[in-house]
Amino acid sequence: MQATSSNKTNSSNTTIGAEKTHSLLNENRYRFALALADDAVVLGHRLSEWCSNAPFLEEDIALTNVSLDYIGRARMFYQYATELEGKGHSEDQMAFFRTEREYTNLLILELPIGDFAFTMVRQFFVDVFYKLYLEQLMTSTDERIAAIAAKSIKETRYHLKRSEPWIRQLSEGTEESRSRINRALDELKSFVGELFIMPEWETQLANEGIAVDRKTLQQDWDAYVQKFLGESNIEFEDSKTLIRGGREGIHTEHLGHLLSEMQYLQRAHPGLEW
Amino acid sequence: MINHEGDHALQIPTLHPVFAERIKIRSQSEYQKLWTILDSVHDPELPGVTIWDLGILQDIKSHADNAFTIVITLTYSGCPAVDAIKQDIIKALSKAGYDQVNVEISLTPAWNTNMISPEGHKQIAALNIAPPVTNDAPDCPVCGSHKTQLLSQFGSTSCKAFYRCEQCSETFDYFKQLE
Repeated sequence: MQATSSNKTNSSNTTIGAEKTHSLLNENRYRFALALADDAVVLGHRLSEWCSNAPFLEEDIALTNVSLDYIGRARMFYQYATELEGKGHSEDQMAFFRTEREYTNLLILELPIGDFAFTMVRQFFVDVFYKLYLEQLMTSTDERIAAIAAKSIKETRYHLKRSEPWIRQLSEGTEESRSRINRALDELKSFVGELFIMPEWETQLANEGIAVDRKTLQQDWDAYVQKFLGESNIEFEDSKTLIRGGREGIHTEHLGHLLSEMQYLQRAHPGLEW
Repeated sequence: MINHEGDHALQIPTLHPVFAERIKIRSQSEYQKLWTILDSVHDPELPGVTIWDLGILQDIKSHADNAFTIVITLTYSGCPAVDAIKQDIIKALSKAGYDQVNVEISLTPAWNTNMISPEGHKQIAALNIAPPVTNDAPDCPVCGSHKTQLLSQFGSTSCKAFYRCEQCSETFDYFKQLE
């Protein structure tokens, strides 16, 4: 970004103001692509932890396939982020050589997998969010972002088709499964609000039609989740209580552990390829 | 167009507009030889199904003499077969004397099952995998029964779901419909 602005300011002083705006916009765009990539890779990694640990074989395969979708999504956003950054970094360097403080994923995505009910409630929350979010992001004025959203929404719709019956089944199953759903809701409710927070740079992007104003999705999200859970007589108040910090690089104690496992191989053998 | 998949008697053999668009790109291309060579490249997870018929192969471009860009799209964004597909494309073309080839992954238009050719449907069925149907209620590819049951929304790969036939008890993969 620095390079592009200095190149052009040499040729004409009158464009300096415009270039500064452009450069800022580009930097915001980079942060945006990187944040969405971090979101996807962290959840993708969490889901992959179910590999060989799921309640039964089909579920094992399903969870790891959802994981794969998120890792694919992360790759698309990382690739775009590296291009916007323009420093010749690879997607692997973005994922494996950035520290906890440099990661800007939302906190709800980094929480440990917990039991199966916890994983599915989080997935349900996230699926409902992405369904609302990506439908709007598809119309981004940034064509690359729009294309990634168009690809991802197809996957998210399918994920939701899978998480909903699980929430229904566990909510209406045994006393044990119902209590686990309630416990998961209790643990997750404070983290949901962060999905709808708009940092200033993201608001600027939304004004340009590049990003989506997350705040406008909250009401629909609440209504959808409350109605769905209500049908199984599960009460869910709202998504207002907030624990936040992910976008600023302030994380729960869990992210460091996740990264140490995820990044171990590349840190031990930098540049290793399959 | 009547397109009620369960009702075989009423099926009219028309091309889906999404696939018709692909045929147009291919038939208007200057590089017919390369398209034909690439008909020998199969999806590594679906031996017998070509990358053209599956809808992965999207376009062939050339910016300089004898230098080609093969444009492909991924079925699912995390598809691990992508590197193998790239290599297979480069290998097939290099065997035919084209050694300046690079493979570009395009995100638009996003892959969907309407891109699969009618031939592709047959190739998928020949592997005992039920091809995509609009109501996600596939017939058993082994005995043809309508009575099938979903076991898992994901099968051996992201693009498939896992079913069981209630008639012959055989389990089978179903290639998921994705619009």
